[in-house]
Amino acid sequence: MATEAWQDPLSAALAATFPSSVLTRESFRGQPFALITPTAWCDVLSWLLLNHAFDYLADLTAVDFPQSPDRFELIAILYSFSANRYLRLKTRFPESFSPASLTPLFPAANWLEREVYDMFGISFAGHPNLKRILLPEDWQGFPLRKEKSILAMDQSWVQNHLGIKSGQ
Amino acid sequence: MTNHLETSEMVLNMGPQHPSTHGVLRLILKLDGERVKSIECVIGYLHRGVEKIGENRTYAQFAPYVDRMDYVAAVSNGLGYCLAVEKLIGIEAPPRAQFVRVIFAELNRIASHLLWLGTSALDLGAMTALFYTMREREDVLKIFENYCGARLTTHAFRIGGLQYELHDTFEAELLAFCASFPARLDEYERLLTQNPIWVDRLKGIGILTAADCKAYAVSGPVLRAAGLPWDLRKAQPYSSYDQFDFDIPTGQNADSYDRYLVRIEEMRQSLRIIRQALDRIPSGPILAKVPKVLKPAPGEIYSSIEAPKGELGYYIVSDGSLQPWRLRVRPPSFLNLAALEKMAVGALVADVVAIIGTLDFVLGEVDR
Repeated sequence: MATEAWQDPLSAALAATFPSSVLTRESFRGQPFALITPTAWCDVLSWLLLNHAFDYLADLTAVDFPQSPDRFELIAILYSFSANRYLRLKTRFPESFSPASLTPLFPAANWLEREVYDMFGISFAGHPNLKRILLPEDWQGFPLRKEKSILAMDQSWVQNHLGIKSGQ
Repeated sequence: MTNHLETSEMVLNMGPQHPSTHGVLRLILKLDGERVKSIECVIGYLHRGVEKIGENRTYAQFAPYVDRMDYVAAVSNGLGYCLAVEKLIGIEAPPRAQFVRVIFAELNRIASHLLWLGTSALDLGAMTALFYTMREREDVLKIFENYCGARLTTHAFRIGGLQYELHDTFEAELLAFCASFPARLDEYERLLTQNPIWVDRLKGIGILTAADCKAYAVSGPVLRAAGLPWDLRKAQPYSSYDQFDFDIPTGQNADSYDRYLVRIEEMRQSLRIIRQALDRIPSGPILAKVPKVLKPAPGEIYSSIEAPKGELGYYIVSDGSLQPWRLRVRPPSFLNLAALEKMAVGALVADVVAIIGTLDFVLGEVDR
């Protein structure tokens, strides 16, 4: 990724406050984002909320990189009404790790984390009601993981329900 | 929800096939008499795996799919997607295309608000409004149809601009609509604004304060009705919105009635934008230089627009291949619906219908 260094007072303050937790501070097409260690996830977001008025969790989502030992990347897109700016916080961790839930900080995280759990199987520690939200309770697996292929899902459905080899 | 029930409590299942849930939304209400003690939303009936499909299509192939999320505001979905991909590959639509996009996006805002007004009035027993609003919505859909051949799932724009030049009768159709619509809006207001039943059903119902809106990441007219003048068209202008003069209507009471007033005024402001855009529409090309094969360099962007229902965002991660590695849609309806619990607990069952109505969500977008 052809990124630039993210340089502004907030970036410097972030690095100064969390020297061992902030791994990278970059910017792409003018949009800043920082990668932090997964154990500092809640602390950094709480600091941004309380000290820098990033009071709107615009979105929370994940990306799957199955080739990497830290396969999941969790992304929080924050917005500050007073500063009128967006900021992305990211963290990476292996399948076995459970990041702390942001629901106590941002009530909006409740449904967003449920969706991430539903789609990727990431379980959030301390979430008040972590269960599937869009898919039925008995759905097997997590569809947005890269190993789930649309074609294979389609084929297994038509084989089980219609008794034909392929629906394609 | 616990299985334990007090003797005076009962669980009422509402939906998924219920006329006032605006699609397939199921609510599990725990009631004490008529009073809602807790509410649980069951969603996902319309889940089609839009984000997974996005990972398996090229950037251009995926564009028609976004119309199927908020299907009453397909133009806005398409605009948000085109802007996101354009941002990812670092191009901008030509000025003429930007102005045409603004006109269609605002027409779609009017169409979306009209459908909302008609159906939520119907939910509260005011049937007439539906016939009035559908009549004007038809005018807007006719313009869409004459432009691109489709009424709802329009796929009106292309990555980099527009596919079609405006049709010959476009200006006449739009001027006729601009001339007739203000009087129609006054007509709706005469039907509803001072109507004692309408006022009684909405005033003080479903209050969601500005602080709660921020906490639940609620956006759009619901947020503005809470008094926060936040509109992405002003806060983070895109597609030439900074060149138009318009106001952001806000409410004071953060209740259902203010949401109604905000949306009515938004339609007037949309009309203002459309008139200005039509007056000053530049000539020139309608499509930027876009590579025949779209292969964005590795990178990631988040791009959001002010859709009729709130902040519609796209987060795209490119790995440098023909298809996005990850395509996330930030649906305004999903996050607005999540705040329903906050608003409905303590209300009466009949008020839940009013609150759902004035939240204005589309389940196609909630479930994706």
